[in-house]
Amino acid sequence: MYRITQKKVLAKGVVEMKLLAPRVAKAHKPGQFLIVMNDEESERIPLTIADSDPQTGEVGIVFLEVGRSTIDLGQNYKEGDSVFAVLGPLGTPTHIEKYGTVVVIGGGLGVAPIYPICKGLRAAGNRVVTIIGYRRKDLMFWEDKLKSVSDDLYVTTDDGSYGIKGFVTTALQKLKEEELKIDRVIAIGPPIMMRVVSEMTRPWKTPTIVSLNTIMIDGTGMCGGCRISIGDETKFVCVDGPDFDGHKVHWDLMFNRMKVYLEEEQHAILASPECKLYYENLKR
Amino acid sequence: MSETVDVTKLGGVKPGEKKRPRSKEPRREIACQTVEARIKNYDEVALGYTAEDAVYEAMRCLECPKPRCVVACPVHIDIPTFVGLISRGQFVESAEDIRKYNNLPAVCGRVCPQENLCEAACIVNDTNPKNPIAIGRLERFVADWQFMHTELRADSVHKRPPTGYKVAVIGSGPAGLSCAADLAKMGHTIHLFEALHKAGGVLMYGIPEFRLPKFIVQKEVAYVKAVGVEVELNNVVGRTMPVQEVLEEFDAVYVASGAGYPNMMGIPGENLNGIFSANEFLTRVNLMKGWKHPEAGTPVRKPRKAVVVGAGFTAFDVVRINIRLGAESVHLVYRRTREEMPGRGEEIEHAEEEGCIFTLLTNPVRYIGDEKGFVKAIEVQRMELGEPDSSGRRRPVPIPDSNYIIDADLVVVAIGQTPNVLIPSQLPGLATKWGSIIKVNRETYMTTVPKVFAGGDAITGAATVILATRAGREAARSIDAYVRDPFRAWNPPA
Repeated sequence: MYRITQKKVLAKGVVEMKLLAPRVAKAHKPGQFLIVMNDEESERIPLTIADSDPQTGEVGIVFLEVGRSTIDLGQNYKEGDSVFAVLGPLGTPTHIEKYGTVVVIGGGLGVAPIYPICKGLRAAGNRVVTIIGYRRKDLMFWEDKLKSVSDDLYVTTDDGSYGIKGFVTTALQKLKEEELKIDRVIAIGPPIMMRVVSEMTRPWKTPTIVSLNTIMIDGTGMCGGCRISIGDETKFVCVDGPDFDGHKVHWDLMFNRMKVYLEEEQHAILASPECKLYYENLKR
Repeated sequence: MSETVDVTKLGGVKPGEKKRPRSKEPRREIACQTVEARIKNYDEVALGYTAEDAVYEAMRCLECPKPRCVVACPVHIDIPTFVGLISRGQFVESAEDIRKYNNLPAVCGRVCPQENLCEAACIVNDTNPKNPIAIGRLERFVADWQFMHTELRADSVHKRPPTGYKVAVIGSGPAGLSCAADLAKMGHTIHLFEALHKAGGVLMYGIPEFRLPKFIVQKEVAYVKAVGVEVELNNVVGRTMPVQEVLEEFDAVYVASGAGYPNMMGIPGENLNGIFSANEFLTRVNLMKGWKHPEAGTPVRKPRKAVVVGAGFTAFDVVRINIRLGAESVHLVYRRTREEMPGRGEEIEHAEEEGCIFTLLTNPVRYIGDEKGFVKAIEVQRMELGEPDSSGRRRPVPIPDSNYIIDADLVVVAIGQTPNVLIPSQLPGLATKWGSIIKVNRETYMTTVPKVFAGGDAITGAATVILATRAGREAARSIDAYVRDPFRAWNPPA
């Protein structure tokens, strides 16, 4: 069992937790993820690691209450409770070296995992320009935290309720127009955002790294449920990734594979009166 | 030890009494769920022997002085002795006797291919053809009896005094469990690392409930813990801690990480939705209990027209799960014939009884998707058998212009697994063949890296539970000798 040492609601439906998992905290490198199981019969939920402290043995996760398991975790687990399993850190760490100027983009929930990446890039001597984007002001979190690890920080909201009105690509386009010399782009967020960013940087020939969060079970290379096409090759996100060259990802296939269990997931939510109620409340 | 059961009323004899073997009598069948009942549940198909069945069957054994069955058994269980104890009502003693040779009797009694091993060698076949002693069923009977009628107590196990040596075992499948338990009994301190949230490896994620109930696996794990093995779950060695760190902390390391990486065919359309590796499909159903989704959290896709590619143990398990998930039809597509199928006779028969459609001498060439990106059909090609290949089986050769289409909304590719490359990738000096199979000296189970031993599917590619169990046992003996050796002599593979 792994104790929840801290729990915070960052925004509507966005929850931050710190879990006591000393081995994971000690081994974690930026870009890696972990798997959480709420209880013995729950799903194995893959979540990117947002923070870690080898001294206290805590690892941080930030998740959106979106499916049955994440709603359960967010709504029913309190500070001091324990979850059944934490496995990690998994995946190949983000490759960090001195590139020059790196634009790091976090969209929505993707703001959390870019924190350790910005920190790592900064420590390696890069100039880190960060763009964080949200749908609305009330969904924002960690602006200050990201500011502390960035040379420049831009915030966008879809509706203009805070910062630049528009998407993260609006800010990226602007940086390009201002003739910022961009040596590398790292983008983490909803798949559609990562795709649009990759399409934007393709003509610029700027190396662009995205972090994919596909369907997974074990997270150790055993099931192949996370397989995607990169160029002509089939790759497993859990061991070969989660970082990939955004210009080589076969996006249509990736979007498609995210939908394998759409029907079953809907069924699971409807089968749980609690989740159903939560969803109805959310719609209001 | 526990009390002896008086079996004289069941046709048995008293402890120590000589018996008159009834080998001419027919072999006792095992009660099974009917086909109609079992395709609607996940409960075990073979229900097991009653005490009366077991005593009857045991009384048929000649208890030969030079038993061929013991030679044929990969771990050389003293079969006449344990069977003899059953005919005398000493069921718990019988189970303990098996455990001197095999730490997983309840598992092996169920999934070992006895028909090709001990039972094929049984001398009763000579005088009463096709009626060998049902050794596997008897092994299962006493192991289950012990679990049901006794408390597992660490002090009931014969253990040598502590040696002070520390050994790490990586992977809790049959090879790891078997090696860990033997080493613990030898007095060493054993730490067993498991990546998943349950111990048992392939016994948990691979073999379905209806062939090997998961509570039985957990009983065997409890036994291994009772002999003193410390089990640490949720630790992927190589990620959660560097392999090097494990090497520094322990006197020896046994790598039993299995063959968990799924092979795919690499044909067009293989990444369409609805196409799964056998590993994914089995893990969802067995380990994550997807068959009772949404009660359990992990979903599994409901098949209508299922197609399973391959014909090994795994393929038949997948076929039979699809039948239980309510598929209208389940095709098994295999490029050779029934003769060459690597699956076990009993499983092939069970699958056929349950309605599996054999589509033989046929090979997939391409998957066809619908407008939503889900598989809707497979294009297959007919094959014929040519000259024998390196495996001794006749090589399948495609017949030109013989392609046709099979409808499918769920496809499972069950064409084998290879070992995971994680541990080899972190030990630069570790020699492998074909990129992932760890090379060992077959006498000592030593690898090319000092301190590191390996066994089970990690050194052979996917094989059977009993071979992994044997590898674990043999490695335990070699590791024991190594840690006690003041010079720590190392005999790597040539």
